[in-house]
Amino acid sequence: MSAATTFDVERVRKDFPILDRQVRDGRPLVYLDSANTSQKPRQVVDAVSEFYERHNANIHRATHQLGEEATEAYEGARIKVGQFIGAADETEIVFTKNVSEAINLVAYAMSNAATSHASAERFRLGPGDEVVITEMEHHSNIVPWQMLCERTGATLRWFAVTEDGRLDLSDIDDLLTERTRLVALSHQSNVLGTINPVRTIADRAHAAGALVLVDAAQSVPHMPVDVAALGVDFLGFTGHKVCGPTGIGVLWGRRELLDALPPFLGGGEMIESVSLERATYAQPPHKFEAGTMPIAQAVGLDAAIDYVSEVGLDAIRAHERELLAYALDALATVDGLRLLGPTEPVDRGTAISFVMDDVHPHDVSQVLDAEGVAVRAGHHCARPLHLRYGVPASTRASFYLYTTTAEIDAMVHALDVAKRYFS
Amino acid sequence: MQLDSMYQEIILDHYKHPHHKGLREPYDAEVHHVNPTCGDEVTLRVKLSDSAGNGGPTIADVSYDTIGCSISQASTSVLTDLLIGKPLDHALRVQEEFLALMQSKGQVEPDDDVLEDAVAFAGVSKYPARIKCALLGWMAWKDATAQAVNGGKIS
Repeated sequence: MSAATTFDVERVRKDFPILDRQVRDGRPLVYLDSANTSQKPRQVVDAVSEFYERHNANIHRATHQLGEEATEAYEGARIKVGQFIGAADETEIVFTKNVSEAINLVAYAMSNAATSHASAERFRLGPGDEVVITEMEHHSNIVPWQMLCERTGATLRWFAVTEDGRLDLSDIDDLLTERTRLVALSHQSNVLGTINPVRTIADRAHAAGALVLVDAAQSVPHMPVDVAALGVDFLGFTGHKVCGPTGIGVLWGRRELLDALPPFLGGGEMIESVSLERATYAQPPHKFEAGTMPIAQAVGLDAAIDYVSEVGLDAIRAHERELLAYALDALATVDGLRLLGPTEPVDRGTAISFVMDDVHPHDVSQVLDAEGVAVRAGHHCARPLHLRYGVPASTRASFYLYTTTAEIDAMVHALDVAKRYFS
Repeated sequence: MQLDSMYQEIILDHYKHPHHKGLREPYDAEVHHVNPTCGDEVTLRVKLSDSAGNGGPTIADVSYDTIGCSISQASTSVLTDLLIGKPLDHALRVQEEFLALMQSKGQVEPDDDVLEDAVAFAGVSKYPARIKCALLGWMAWKDATAQAVNGGKIS
């Protein structure tokens, strides 16, 4: 189907075999956990199967035909990813296993800069330097920076979050100074759904001389993302949230930065030349891809990008906007339910987290599960954010291109069941 | 309804009306445990006394404060009913029995004589995501008791 034609959710659903499943004694699956991981269309499953059945070989090493085919498939995926997010070219695309690894790659490479060549000077941190994050980050965009600060003596600071779930930019002048070396923030919150003003913050950070890394795990699946338009230096996203396989993630970095950045993992295929005393390194992106990479998973990601591109990210976003408005209205009718995050469908994606009076999120999700409705309960790897709102945990529903308003109705009905059950 | 196999009446009763809740003095050891996947927390205190008559110590008191789901709150409440006033060696046996039940995946017939009200948690053992909830208070109790036995010197 094409983006220009009308979006047909029932037709989209036919591409996802798992959505026909029944769970918990014959109830139809209502999958509202796509911010956790998305389901996979048949096209992606088939692409991975076909790779294993027809083309499987290791890449960049084998001189035989299968090796050539596998290398072409893997490098083709890199080109596809680069075009998908507006990279200058495919050498700016580093494959990782997920966003966590992409962020850790940058964080460890920055501390490796302490003992690296002079051109890595700009990545060196020490006492007096500052790394700035936000209170709404996923642990994967908090802990690597805490660890970097521990290793280097730099100081970690953060933007606070307002009561209605937006970044508090009122102290931006105090936060972004000549001491700021790196700003790391999410494009879209995995808990609140908030879409952050990345461009505004990136421009201010650059004016202060800092680098900017954006965690786009929750935005790339749901909207067109262009790294040049965002004006950032590094961006990470993961395949499994955008209809692709698990085990494949992406770090995009501006080429001049990837040239100067020391490597993170050492090993096979990341080198130029090795003696027993020392090694010199390959050019980016290979400098950052040690060992055998997730080849079939890259092929699956390629197919996933084709899939969402064919449906159209603008069409997906429009569909999700309708779902969001519908869900916010529907949840407003549930007594004793409090949303974490923006209550208006403005600059907001479709992760919707909430707490209910007198029913713990674990119990809410258990009742929903018994009704066939799959949501996530817990702190969603964002404990500081939950502390900010004075709750240990929340229940999160999240949507994707295959979600229907009928599924939102099913969730609201199940929430009523949960309330009655525990009253 | 399938839910009822997990949320037995006993569990819901303990959840809505927890027994022995609140932190009390005196105590020999206090621990704070969290369930890292969901952020649930328990602070739990144990007081031992020497007056069992058979030479071994007795569980004089277990007091606690929790933030958590119905399963974790109810299981901690049931724990206090089962263990307060019991000889330490008996209490340890109950704890082991409860741990075995929770790891049984619903395949073990629980021993009513040892576990009493705690047999109600047999259904929870069929839900892997909730086993840690049921064990939160029990693991905290085991930790606190070990510290109390060691004279509260280990923190």
